[in-house]
Amino acid sequence: MMTSFFDQFASPYLLGIPLILVAMLLPWLLFPAPTSRWINNRLITVQTWLTGRFTNQLMTPLNFSGHKWALLFASLMVFLITINLLGLLPYTFTPTTQLSLNMGFAVPLWLATVIIGMKNQPTIALGHLLPEGTPIPLIPALIIIETISLFIRPLALGVRLTANLTAGHLLIQLIATAVFVLLPMMPAVAILTASVLFLLTLLEVAVAMIQAYVFILLLSLYLQENI
Amino acid sequence: MADKAVSLAEKKLMDVKLGQLPAWLGTRDFTPNGVVRGIRGGYERYYNKYINVKKGGIGGIAMFLVGYVVLSYAWEYDHIKHDRWRKYH
Repeated sequence: MMTSFFDQFASPYLLGIPLILVAMLLPWLLFPAPTSRWINNRLITVQTWLTGRFTNQLMTPLNFSGHKWALLFASLMVFLITINLLGLLPYTFTPTTQLSLNMGFAVPLWLATVIIGMKNQPTIALGHLLPEGTPIPLIPALIIIETISLFIRPLALGVRLTANLTAGHLLIQLIATAVFVLLPMMPAVAILTASVLFLLTLLEVAVAMIQAYVFILLLSLYLQENI
Repeated sequence: MADKAVSLAEKKLMDVKLGQLPAWLGTRDFTPNGVVRGIRGGYERYYNKYINVKKGGIGGIAMFLVGYVVLSYAWEYDHIKHDRWRKYH
């Protein structure tokens, strides 16, 4: 049976249950609900502090009517960051490497921001299609370009997350295979490659967090334009 | 003095003798509701023993994550076993 490096992105089944289901339910287990006690346990305290700071920082540029999105953004951020980081553990499966999942997040949320903009302030929303101060001959071309860039936003959101995580995982697997194969032949080169692998893993941890953050940040920017 | 006789259904798993295991499994509730209650009960026991404590450390989460890694390995074993002594990867 031919195996390839892309096999790590196929969700395996055990007893008919796909691993992607377990991987997607795991963040729910890792974030217990705060109780009504005055002081919660350490895990909940740390998590609520982080989530509170993040939501505060995200909601600062939005006006008051945008604050209804706070729960959605905070929970999506926690979900994405947990899934990305858990995917870096050995043998685990990362659901966000599946384009279907990321597009499932990107398209409805982007569409919601566009529809809100068109419903509440259609003039301003359409006005975004033409930047201020463009020379008159350029106007038709620019409107077409801006419309295309508007419609490409959900695609870019989804593909950005997928591509970053997929590329990271592939690189880790490739370089790890290289280290493994080089070890009996040229140990010095293998140690060098192993240090590259270590640095790459650190990068992947950062990328996992940053990509989740960028996803939410861009959505909040799209919301700011349209709210 | 002999302990009070406890029926098989009421015993915890650790108290069941190996020969009684199939019979004990027969008394458990495997309906969807029962499975959900079982998972929730297991989660609550783990949470209250290792995480919801005054000075919970990294051990509670670390054990959970190691268990997740082991579970993922078991899930992917059918695929990974081909990698063991391959000549070309």
